[in-house]
Amino acid sequence: MAKILVVTSGKGGVGKTTTSAAIGTGLALRGHKTAIVDFDVGLRNLDLIMGCERRVVYDFINVINGDATLTQALIKDKRLENLYVLAASQTRDKDALNIEGVEKVINELKANFEYVICDSPAGIEKGAHLAMYFADEAIVVTNPEVSSVRDSDRMLGLLASKSRRAESGEAPIKEHLLLTRYNPERVTKGEMLGVEDVEEILSIRLLGVIPESQAVLKASNQGVPVILDDQSDAGQAYSDAVDRLLGKEVAHRFLDVKKPGFLQRLFGGRE
Amino acid sequence: MSQADLLDQDPVFQLKGSMLAITILELTGNDLERLDRQLASKVEQAPQFFANAPLVLALDKLPATGSDLDLPALMALCRKHGLRTLAIRAGRDDHIAAAGALDLPVLPPSGARERPLEPAARPAAEPARPAEPAHRPTRLITTPIRGGQQVYAQGADLIVMAAVSPGAELLADGHIHVYGPLRGRALAGIKGNPEARIFCQQLGAEMISIAGQYKVAEDLRREPLWGQPVQIALSGDVLNITRL
Repeated sequence: MAKILVVTSGKGGVGKTTTSAAIGTGLALRGHKTAIVDFDVGLRNLDLIMGCERRVVYDFINVINGDATLTQALIKDKRLENLYVLAASQTRDKDALNIEGVEKVINELKANFEYVICDSPAGIEKGAHLAMYFADEAIVVTNPEVSSVRDSDRMLGLLASKSRRAESGEAPIKEHLLLTRYNPERVTKGEMLGVEDVEEILSIRLLGVIPESQAVLKASNQGVPVILDDQSDAGQAYSDAVDRLLGKEVAHRFLDVKKPGFLQRLFGGRE
Repeated sequence: MSQADLLDQDPVFQLKGSMLAITILELTGNDLERLDRQLASKVEQAPQFFANAPLVLALDKLPATGSDLDLPALMALCRKHGLRTLAIRAGRDDHIAAAGALDLPVLPPSGARERPLEPAARPAAEPARPAEPAHRPTRLITTPIRGGQQVYAQGADLIVMAAVSPGAELLADGHIHVYGPLRGRALAGIKGNPEARIFCQQLGAEMISIAGQYKVAEDLRREPLWGQPVQIALSGDVLNITRL
């Protein structure tokens, strides 16, 4: 049975789409057949991050409305055999989504994939609600600052009360905390919340800490999920997070201030 | 204690209940002359029975729109025939007032035994027992309460076994116990119960309130017990925060 995973946050700009692309790609890399669905109707970005924007013919809304079949709309990744993307519509808005339509598409995806990643839009309105409604697990993406933590907390409350699992009285959605844009130097200076602070406030399991990295921006612009850049700290951190998601025990990295290595001391500069 | 005092304690009476057979003269018309004639013929049949017979005068069956009744005259008439009026049975205010003027006891209309069954009238007859306060079980929450969520323990206490996030709101008519960090709002005794208290393992609340008296985080943060396990109780209109 496929697992439905929602990547959500409440707040915008924290890295939901980057995370959806990275986690989805990571699962496919490990041999799991995965589909990533962009729920951000009207502000579609996932296709850009995944580098498949030029191959979008049909989108999520077309499938919901019956204008296209799911098979027609799913875009196969060029790099990985097991990876597919369902793009959001750019010309419509969130009102084009409805619960019956989403359920139909999700059920069809469940029958064909091992993992379905739902990339939630920001906010707590219709789009975000439908993205998380059918989820089995949730990755709550949070930046180490108070407003992001507050919004994540609100989203966790909704996951626990407004999802299908909550409404039907099933086991609750499994919640994971993913801390992104983490900068240990700024934490040491007291300019950023530390991992422990965020963990304590949200009191959910920590899936991973993604360091603030130039590699993320570079990867987005190139349309290559950052997890494929296995030289970068962010790529490695995402890789660890995927392993933890699959049940492996992996120690957390990139939590402390980096001491400049021998080569860096010699040549200076940054990665 | 003197002898006289001891004697004074000795009971000189006993209260007892008893059922007595008493003749009831039920008036259906207010015509004293006719009553005089009819009563005379009745007494003639059994003079012994009516000699000094105790009597209750029932006035509750008189037509409601009859002329005023002359109660002293009616009693004198009965006395003439040997009947001694003990009390009247009446429901009308003017009859009760007339009896009061004569210092005569008044019985409620129609005794229970002879009352015809009227289902509609029964509920009123049964004294409404004050409803016992319904026992409501304490509301128990084991999962974190997130910002934007509100939990209300109506008519009960509230126990939270997890963290209460900023922006969350706890409401209870009774006490509130929080066994995780309390970072949201907690309002106990919201229906005005000043006895309600708030107990928490870690005071980090945005606001606490008992029976409408409140303190916000700005004041709470100055408390030396901020972040500590505390209980909060109301004395007068001051919220007292003490270490647990």
